[in-house]
Amino acid sequence: MIEALHYEFMRNALYAGLLASVACGLVGVYVVVKRVVFISGGIAHASFGGIGIGYFLGLNPILGAMVFSLASALGMGWVSKKTRLPEDTAIGILWALGMALGIIFISLAPGYSPDLFSYLFGSILTVSLPDLILMLILDAIIVAVVLALYKAFLALSFDEEFGTVVGVPALPLYLLLLCLVALTVVVLIRVVGIILVIALLTLPAAIARQFSHSLGKMMALAVIIGAAFTMSGLWLSYELDLASGATIILVAGGTFLLSILYKNIVRRRTQARA
Amino acid sequence: MASPEVVRLEDVWVDYDGLLALEGVNLSIRQDDFLGIIGPNGGGKTTLLKVILGLIKPSRGQVWVLGDAPERSRRLIGYVPQYRHFDPDFPISVWDVVLMGCYGRAGLLGRYSRQDKKKAMDALETVEMLDRRDRQIGRLSMGEQQRAFIARALVAEPRLLLLDEPTASIDAPMQTEFYELLASLKRRMAIVLVSHDISAVSIYVDKIACLNRRLFYHDSKELTAQDLEAAYRCPVQMIAHGVPHRVLPEHQGQ
Repeated sequence: MIEALHYEFMRNALYAGLLASVACGLVGVYVVVKRVVFISGGIAHASFGGIGIGYFLGLNPILGAMVFSLASALGMGWVSKKTRLPEDTAIGILWALGMALGIIFISLAPGYSPDLFSYLFGSILTVSLPDLILMLILDAIIVAVVLALYKAFLALSFDEEFGTVVGVPALPLYLLLLCLVALTVVVLIRVVGIILVIALLTLPAAIARQFSHSLGKMMALAVIIGAAFTMSGLWLSYELDLASGATIILVAGGTFLLSILYKNIVRRRTQARA
Repeated sequence: MASPEVVRLEDVWVDYDGLLALEGVNLSIRQDDFLGIIGPNGGGKTTLLKVILGLIKPSRGQVWVLGDAPERSRRLIGYVPQYRHFDPDFPISVWDVVLMGCYGRAGLLGRYSRQDKKKAMDALETVEMLDRRDRQIGRLSMGEQQRAFIARALVAEPRLLLLDEPTASIDAPMQTEFYELLASLKRRMAIVLVSHDISAVSIYVDKIACLNRRLFYHDSKELTAQDLEAAYRCPVQMIAHGVPHRVLPEHQGQ
């Protein structure tokens, strides 16, 4: 691994993994405790439409993904809170529509057809310096918003009704939260791809939750766990010559199972002692 | 002289997609009232509280809280929602839950001030939960959780306290303690508590109303047999007997 870091693409991959763990650690905590996992999956898949349109118009596909994921976040949030259409129906429709648009526009795009696989499953080894700069900017926005609105987001996630009574602007904050999810999706696309985004949004936070009693600690722990996953997944994929995004997710999923097992053993022991 | 009015409802109707929840409710609550609202499950008790909080808009009728629209006055209402409306595994301490009650003073971007923290300490002291403030809320007993939510409602120094089925999840000895806590609070604010459990409520409250879509209330602790029959749609004796303090006037004749 150390000699691999002599390569610039390996160093970029490492930085990308670290930047991704910050975004997915902070936002993933809200995704898990506010139970918006499915809506986050919808946002991620809808962003594929933006990638397709980006290619078709000859623009940066990641910018297209950002516009699409933000628009679908606002759209799904609005539909789920303000209309009578069931939330999961709205998510399912946008999820599939986004993917379909992406496929159509990519097939219509002039010239050679791009590597779909790299957007669906990530290509952390091809992350460039401009990619890293974009990820850094998005991370900075996410950290700033979470720090500024920590108290309001806590009230929104824990008890939306009471929050409304004491003056928390519930709907705007909920939409803002989904926009943070959209930005995180964009950060994660290069690392693990659209299809695997949901794993990095949920797994580090789900593991952190088992070992923390406050939201702030859960976030710190989720960032550290996410960083450990991307680092170890990257190393394993390098040593074993496997797809890096998928390896990162498998490491995370395996650790999650172990953490549940560990929790159960601890609980049985304390019960046996009591 | 009557104390100032904190809540006024005039001919309030609420329907959920054609399903009537409240029918022509008129209600006046005063600053020194300790009102118990009883009624069967699904009778509109929670809906009535949410109308007062401005969380539900009536399809007809007028609502005033402290002389203003509920949305503008609700920061002066302490609200204790029904038990387990939250995720018991949520990683949050009692302290952070109680501080949430100070949100209105701190605002969207502000931090909780030293004064807010002092008030949170006082509220925890009032409900005797100060020593458990660092515990995760979902790991406490139901009675302790209930007291933490009351503390959260108290930190904003409300002029009206609304409690939704507060005794549903706590056992009998804890209930006595709980009502004594409310009795000690009633000098500081108007209290409205909603319950389907008529016997528990009737001992401690000063006034009783009965709600089953329509509200039966005579600004006193007495309900007539007709009120209860109309509200519960069953023979009244089943409810009224065994109540330590009489809810109904003495039976005539016999």
